[in-house]
Amino acid sequence: MKARAVDKIATIVIVTLALLIVAVLAGLLGYILFRGMSHISWDFLTSAPRKIREGGGIGPQLFNSLFLLILTLLITVPLGLGAGIYMAEYARPGRITGFIRLIVEVLSSFPSIVVGLFGLLLIVNIFGLGFSLVSGALALTVFNLPLMVRITEQAFRSVPAQQKEAGFALGLSKWKIVTTVLFPVALPAIITGTILSAGRVFGEAAALMFTAGMSSPRLDFGNWNPLSPSSPLNPFRPAETLAVHIWKINSEGLAPDAAQIAAGASAVLVITVLIFNLVARYVGRLIYRKLTASRRMN
Amino acid sequence: MEATLTAPQILKAPKMERDFRTENLSIFYGTYEAVKGISLPFPEKSVTALIGPSGCGKSTFLRSLNRMNDEISGSTSKGSIWIDGVDINAPGTDVIKLRQKIGMVWQKPNPFYKSIYENIAFGPKYHGVKGKKALDEIVESSLRRAALWDEVKDRLKDSALALSGGQQQRLCIARALSVNPQILLLDEPASALDPVSTGKVEELIKELKEQLRIVIVTHNMQQAARVSDFTAYFYLGQLIEYGMTEKVFTNPENTMTQEYIMGRFG
Repeated sequence: MKARAVDKIATIVIVTLALLIVAVLAGLLGYILFRGMSHISWDFLTSAPRKIREGGGIGPQLFNSLFLLILTLLITVPLGLGAGIYMAEYARPGRITGFIRLIVEVLSSFPSIVVGLFGLLLIVNIFGLGFSLVSGALALTVFNLPLMVRITEQAFRSVPAQQKEAGFALGLSKWKIVTTVLFPVALPAIITGTILSAGRVFGEAAALMFTAGMSSPRLDFGNWNPLSPSSPLNPFRPAETLAVHIWKINSEGLAPDAAQIAAGASAVLVITVLIFNLVARYVGRLIYRKLTASRRMN
Repeated sequence: MEATLTAPQILKAPKMERDFRTENLSIFYGTYEAVKGISLPFPEKSVTALIGPSGCGKSTFLRSLNRMNDEISGSTSKGSIWIDGVDINAPGTDVIKLRQKIGMVWQKPNPFYKSIYENIAFGPKYHGVKGKKALDEIVESSLRRAALWDEVKDRLKDSALALSGGQQQRLCIARALSVNPQILLLDEPASALDPVSTGKVEELIKELKEQLRIVIVTHNMQQAARVSDFTAYFYLGQLIEYGMTEKVFTNPENTMTQEYIMGRFG
């Protein structure tokens, strides 16, 4: 009888906690969307911001966020996959791997403002990349790499060892086993890791203020030459992202509708993250099915 | 052939009997000697069963036959493994080539997370078989040899993981057969299966031994008696007794073997 009572209480406590978390999240999300949705319009999403007059939009910032995301993932995913696969499949357990793991963990707990200042010093000034999308992407890589490495390593480690043995017994090379036997099984976890790092790219502000900069040049969306300073595709131009923009108008916005713009921009940010999540999962599932001939992701 | 043959006698037998055998093979994990200088022949068209209590080194021995222990860090070996007059345990052996000659199947079915077709076609494709027709043929013949073709021929594109445990194990056997090995190593291939599937796998072993040599590790004495022609009893890394299965099971020379087979210990 006593065991049953304990069981019941534990169940109630756990369910309550879970509901509490859901309620907090739903409340937060609802609040942001409720305050911002009314301000979102096609014009708001595509036009450039205005300094002191009403009616400015967030077009360049939204584009910058997405472009920065692509740049960051282009750097993070190959590096993270490479390092993670090395840690899981190639490195012999010992002091060096332990040391790498320690560094990766320390990196992931760096305060973002420190990473920002480090980026300013090293990437922006010493490397001479200036306030630019590339600088921002490199700074974000500092945070995202640890996450990507860990998740990749764990994803590969959690593939049953018998899969590898089966590959060896067939006379496959290690490289072939890693890329075609283990990778498809590890893919769902790797996609989750990519989505998590993407979330940080959208949300990060502190590290970007000093690396990607807090302003955007006047962009000409008809100019697709990536070397031209006014082209949106130029990765060496400064770029204020959506999150930085929200911070800026909240703290020093002069436009009379600054509060509404911040609310609208926040809602757009949340929706963008949501859409990215869904799309990434969907695409990931398609690839997983293609590689493993299964009907669902397990 | 005589009614019973001891290991030394078989080693002296005509070449046909000797072309796959181990000679003083020892396997170490660090400094621990898991297998102690074992010489065993694996005659053609026959099944050799390795029996013995857990930890006696029989699985380690089996794994060393296709150099799978190479993948375990800290594992080293001494002695020779002769296949067709070549010592494959010598340094410099191309293990990738070697493993094509020796198929392996484990206790737990481990199909790749791929379609049934891909599971079989994967190895041959990697080893250079080109063209859909050639691959189709290999897939069909491998599945037929593993007595699985009729059950799966209409759903070759389905995931291999959707098959039952027994079917998965036969798929793994088919996968091992796909690269045309001369030797098949089975590590307790039926211990995770239900009786019906076990029966099918045992039938299969009896059929396959007409085409290749089979070495099987098993904890099931009845199974060893049913499927094998030769039996080797291992204890603490040593070979205690080797001979024709009938003889080992009915009239073993060593009392330890007898006690193990009777189930008094192990």
